[in-house]
Amino acid sequence: MRYLMRRSFHGVLLLVAVSVLCFLFSDLAPGSFLDEMKLNPQISPQTSTALRAQYGLDQPLAVRYLRWVESVTHGEWGYSFAYNLPVSSLLPIRARNTLALTLAATVLAWAIAIPLGIWSAYRNGRWEDRFTMGATSFLLSVPELVFAIGLLFLAVRTHALPAGGMQSLDAERFGLWQKTVDLGRHLAVPVTALVLASLPILVRHVRASMIEVLDMPFISAARGCGIGEAKLLLTYAFPAAANPLISLFGLSVAGLLSGSLLVEAITGWPGLGPLLLEAAMSRDLYIVIGIVMLSTIFTIAGTLLADVMLVVADPRVRAE
Amino acid sequence: MGPEVARMATSPALLETRGLSKRFVIRRLFLREQTVIDALKHVDFQIAPQRITALVGESGSGKSTLAGCLARLERPDEGEIWFQGDEISRWNEQQLRSVRPKLQMVFQDSPGALNPRLSAAQIITEPLEVQRRERGSSLRAHACELMEEVGLSANLSARTPLQLSGGQRQRLAIARAIALRPALLILDESLSGLDLSTQAQIVNLLLDLQSTYGLTYLLISHDLSLVGQVADFVAVMHDGQIVEHGKRTQIFTAPQHDHTRSLLAFRRRLDADRQAASAGGRL
Repeated sequence: MRYLMRRSFHGVLLLVAVSVLCFLFSDLAPGSFLDEMKLNPQISPQTSTALRAQYGLDQPLAVRYLRWVESVTHGEWGYSFAYNLPVSSLLPIRARNTLALTLAATVLAWAIAIPLGIWSAYRNGRWEDRFTMGATSFLLSVPELVFAIGLLFLAVRTHALPAGGMQSLDAERFGLWQKTVDLGRHLAVPVTALVLASLPILVRHVRASMIEVLDMPFISAARGCGIGEAKLLLTYAFPAAANPLISLFGLSVAGLLSGSLLVEAITGWPGLGPLLLEAAMSRDLYIVIGIVMLSTIFTIAGTLLADVMLVVADPRVRAE
Repeated sequence: MGPEVARMATSPALLETRGLSKRFVIRRLFLREQTVIDALKHVDFQIAPQRITALVGESGSGKSTLAGCLARLERPDEGEIWFQGDEISRWNEQQLRSVRPKLQMVFQDSPGALNPRLSAAQIITEPLEVQRRERGSSLRAHACELMEEVGLSANLSARTPLQLSGGQRQRLAIARAIALRPALLILDESLSGLDLSTQAQIVNLLLDLQSTYGLTYLLISHDLSLVGQVADFVAVMHDGQIVEHGKRTQIFTAPQHDHTRSLLAFRRRLDADRQAASAGGRL
């Protein structure tokens, strides 16, 4: 418990450091949301100056930061210039949509990677392993951008799946089951793109960890006791190979909000990706900072979760 | 083959190999090029019951591959393995299930020799559970008995291997191996890496267990001093072949093969250096 408290305290310090850096870097970047307005002849310089004062952009950096901290304590996380709404009212729905996508992709990728990596390690050097390694090498060499565009192309050409968005136009009239099926059909393209992008890394990690463990004498000793191969792989070798995979799983959790931004933007998934892109292009500062902070919270939570899982899973870590 | 080994051939051996060969093929990804390593070349070898047979040779001579084949952790490419009257070289896992308990191995002490996630008691009860010999509370009691038998306090039963010393880990590995009451215990460099005092204690333990249970040992070692003290028979391996096999006194006093002679000469030089070093230390 003391360990968890210490790690949580470190997490809060990290959040503060990231927020300070966000403000520093945004201040270094040229231009602001209101600079775009100056180009519009219908907006007078007085109006622009008044808005600058209203949003506090005429204040020094330290003052702006402290005001933002104050708004965080009120649960607002700053104010969006473009939407004229508190950031906290914009992010939850987008974050929920992103999580629906990334959770499905993460669960599916791990569900495929674990058995495939174990099988590949077990057949190390044989044709099944060589085929898996060749396929993962190919997948690794293709950017996820290409997967997303390729899958969209297939969806458009075949009309088998919807090409973009999260629900059909007439989804409001659907019952619960139809809505679920509709969501699943819309998830198919972005989830497949994300799975294809992350699968080779996961498979290779599972395989490498398993090969290392399968070569250890205690596995030979267990085999020498007459233990069956399936039980040997799943209950002896895999738990012993799990530590690096738990750390990798922590990184998967950490990337739940930030790992799909590109695919979301390409496939038109209404998650944080398009919002971040739009906010960054229009210099809607507090939305960008809000998304970065949310991603940081997930990163901290992911690494903390991995550490806790390691303690639970490995008696050696518990002993330390 | 020496006269003693010839006599052994007339009495039933516990384990015997005939023309045993094993090769490893290393292929390179996407290339046709492959390297073939003949680890064992037509090995004929016998292990006399209730005796200590030592297998000596340089690193890479094929000792551990032979041990792996004998314990059927590796499948030989050619030849026969006769164990207690059965030819087991082509048996599948299902058939081997009845033989596994009688053929146990103890490996060199290393972080991977024992499952690092299990406690000492779990490591000992693992083979009993796999073979479905015991269940429940009697398992735990049996584990403690076995620990006492190999000189480990039952208080250590909850510790994991990394919380034990090297000597304690080897005792634990021996306890796991004898839990199934094997006929043959293959000691694959099991005493390497231990200090001399611990090594002597483990040797005494093995000799005690041999007299109690009538165990047969195959001692794989490159330490000829140790082999000279405990082995009844010695087989010398070189380049995947048994180049000499006979009674220990015969091998040590009248070696027939050049490789055996060079191994013994090296051992004498090593012993002389050790004596000189210890004499220098006394001065």
